[in-house]
Amino acid sequence: MTFVLTEDQEMLRDTAVNFTRDELPVKHLRALRDAGKNGVDREARQKLAELGFFGVLIPEEYDGVEMSMTAFGQVMEAQGRTLASTPLLQTACIGASAILMGGTEAQKKEWLPKIAAGEVTTALALDETSHHNPAGVATEAERDGQGYTLNGAKKYVQDGHHADVFIVVARTFGEAGDSHGLTLFLVPRDAKGLTVQALKTVDSHGAAHLTLDGVHVDDSHVLGAPDKGMDLLEPVLDRGRIALAAEMLGSSLAAFEMTHEYMQTRKQFGQLIGSFQALQHRAAKMFTELELTTSCIAAALAAVDSQRNDIAELASLAKARASETVHLVSNETVQLHGGIGMTDDHDSGFYMKRARVQEALLGSASFHRDRYAKLNGY
Amino acid sequence: MPFDAPSDPDAFREKVRGWLEENCPESMRTPMPEDEVVWGGRREKFKNPDSKVWLERMANQGWTAPTWPKEYGGGGLTREQAKILEQEMARMGARTPLFSFGLWMFGPALIEFGNEEQKKRFLPDIVHGRTRWCQGYSEPGAGSDLAGLQTKCEDKGDHYLINGQKVWTSYANEADWIFCLVRTDNTVKHEGISFILFDMESEGVETRPIKLISGSSPFCETFFSDVKVPKDQLVGEVNGGWKIAKRLLQHERSSISASGFGSTRGTGMLELEEYAKIHVGTDADGKLLDGDLRGRIADHQMYAKAFNLTVQRSQVQAKAGQEVGHTASIIKYAAAKMNQDKHELMIEALGTEGLGWEGEGFDRGAKMVTRGWLRSKGNSIEGGTSEINLNVVSKRVLGLRDHQ
Repeated sequence: MTFVLTEDQEMLRDTAVNFTRDELPVKHLRALRDAGKNGVDREARQKLAELGFFGVLIPEEYDGVEMSMTAFGQVMEAQGRTLASTPLLQTACIGASAILMGGTEAQKKEWLPKIAAGEVTTALALDETSHHNPAGVATEAERDGQGYTLNGAKKYVQDGHHADVFIVVARTFGEAGDSHGLTLFLVPRDAKGLTVQALKTVDSHGAAHLTLDGVHVDDSHVLGAPDKGMDLLEPVLDRGRIALAAEMLGSSLAAFEMTHEYMQTRKQFGQLIGSFQALQHRAAKMFTELELTTSCIAAALAAVDSQRNDIAELASLAKARASETVHLVSNETVQLHGGIGMTDDHDSGFYMKRARVQEALLGSASFHRDRYAKLNGY
Repeated sequence: MPFDAPSDPDAFREKVRGWLEENCPESMRTPMPEDEVVWGGRREKFKNPDSKVWLERMANQGWTAPTWPKEYGGGGLTREQAKILEQEMARMGARTPLFSFGLWMFGPALIEFGNEEQKKRFLPDIVHGRTRWCQGYSEPGAGSDLAGLQTKCEDKGDHYLINGQKVWTSYANEADWIFCLVRTDNTVKHEGISFILFDMESEGVETRPIKLISGSSPFCETFFSDVKVPKDQLVGEVNGGWKIAKRLLQHERSSISASGFGSTRGTGMLELEEYAKIHVGTDADGKLLDGDLRGRIADHQMYAKAFNLTVQRSQVQAKAGQEVGHTASIIKYAAAKMNQDKHELMIEALGTEGLGWEGEGFDRGAKMVTRGWLRSKGNSIEGGTSEINLNVVSKRVLGLRDHQ
């Protein structure tokens, strides 16, 4: 297991940290919110593409920069630091991985160069209830001669409010709850019968509910093997979970640093509040959690790069630990800031609101504890 | 047979494997009952005679202290080679030939701070398990505030004279020698402490075992009245002992956490999830019937995994020359929490089976869990309490200041 970045990865990390700090600070998210943009910023997206961030996981033959998951994790951590609302997780990680791992040569040629260039965004339309549950898909895809007809509904699709293409998970066999019988489809936003309901979410990043009412797709839009969608979905989800965990680590670190700074400037009873042992120990405990979580995320990223056989276990570990850590740190950030932490003017609230969305996406800590237990045979 | 270590890792591994296969007695490849642990020293009885043979063979290679220099009896191996040795021993289930505070704590500090004569005199006996050492640190009035220690050490011209009391001296009643912190100047605090070594059979040394809540007595009260110590047994400078003490605590904290205090391998105890499966039961899919307990066990297992990855990370970063003080500082705290949580969960999973004390009617392993649970309460007290560890993180790592 490698825990030390290469020179290239360090450089990418510095670029990403500087870019999000200078161009996409929390102030920027606040401005998007206040302007009613629902987290969408096409100009920023173009700049991210110019920096090559959309192509980190895409091979050079499809116009990507072909780096590694560890490299991508650095970009995600950087965007997590400033809560930047970008399509990177859905498009550059989940979308690109799904097409790369499951797509035909024609699909790769069609989509990957556009993803790398930032021309197209994708969104995974999977969950149908308010909890992550891949096997629970009930949306039906029925054979209709030249392709399939899709009927169903998808809830809280991240980036759904602006994605150009959806990766819809639908059932071609069996019933809700079965792991077998799922198929993935590439469904363009303008497909007939597809309704996108944009959502205003607590984190100001936005999302969408989808309704599929007799949406027809050709066979050429099937991604991966029919009925065996879970074989593609699981590794793609694990990459997404690990990348999201890296983002969450960035958010946790930034919130902690802000709190740490405040403890060393705010005075009460004539003393810096950071000199009170009750608060010092809480800070030290947060620091401990951050150190442990940092290790889990580095290990999970490296596991993908070296194609280890425990990626699933490490993905659940990373996502669960990151969820617990960001939960703790975001709550403590509000509490340790006192009254100012309750105001909209302060950034604390932004970190806490985003934290809850991060925690819920791609499986909560509880979901991943359950999965971890199963993977370990109890 | 002299062992010439090949520099190529694969060749080294192959050669080590061959040597171990040839030299590790069969009974030394089985799980080790607690009463067969070898601590060495004058009183060692080697309950299993094979453990004597095994210790001698390993010590002759210097492999009880694989990375120590050869000139002091060590193995002279690189960290990588030592790791390979460790892996190969684990692969064949070979027992650790020697448990020793000399190996884990005192030796590394002596290599760093001792003079040549002291290293030549004391280190080989540690490697061979001929001397068993104990640690004279805590005192009745100096626990968390260790530098408040008062055991007096006076310069009497041709010798030092020591008077005072130590407490929580691990296995003092079984040790041959003690490395001890003493006060050589009472006008200053940290700068008035020296690090001294003496024979526990010296006149004026008395030990009394302390019985713990777990029923065992691994610690003693130790009394010194007019103990005479030759002057060449003071390590480093007079009044320069605190620096050595701190470094030694680092070795202690890292050896406590490297052993994870948690390994149940070879003790007859089962893993937490095994106990839960047996005593709580599982459904048709093999899931624990108590969903709440199952979630908490998974949470703990994840914490343990995160902890192990963090230990690995700090080792890898240290090797790459990166600053790891930050990471190392949390390890003792996290290890204590982890081990205590594990034992609480084991007791909960065992139910009443985990509440036996001694005698018939309870599983042997379960009784060890019970004792281990009680013993684990000390993890957040010994070697620096968790509160002191959090203070260290707050002040040294996070730079938070005291009241002004």
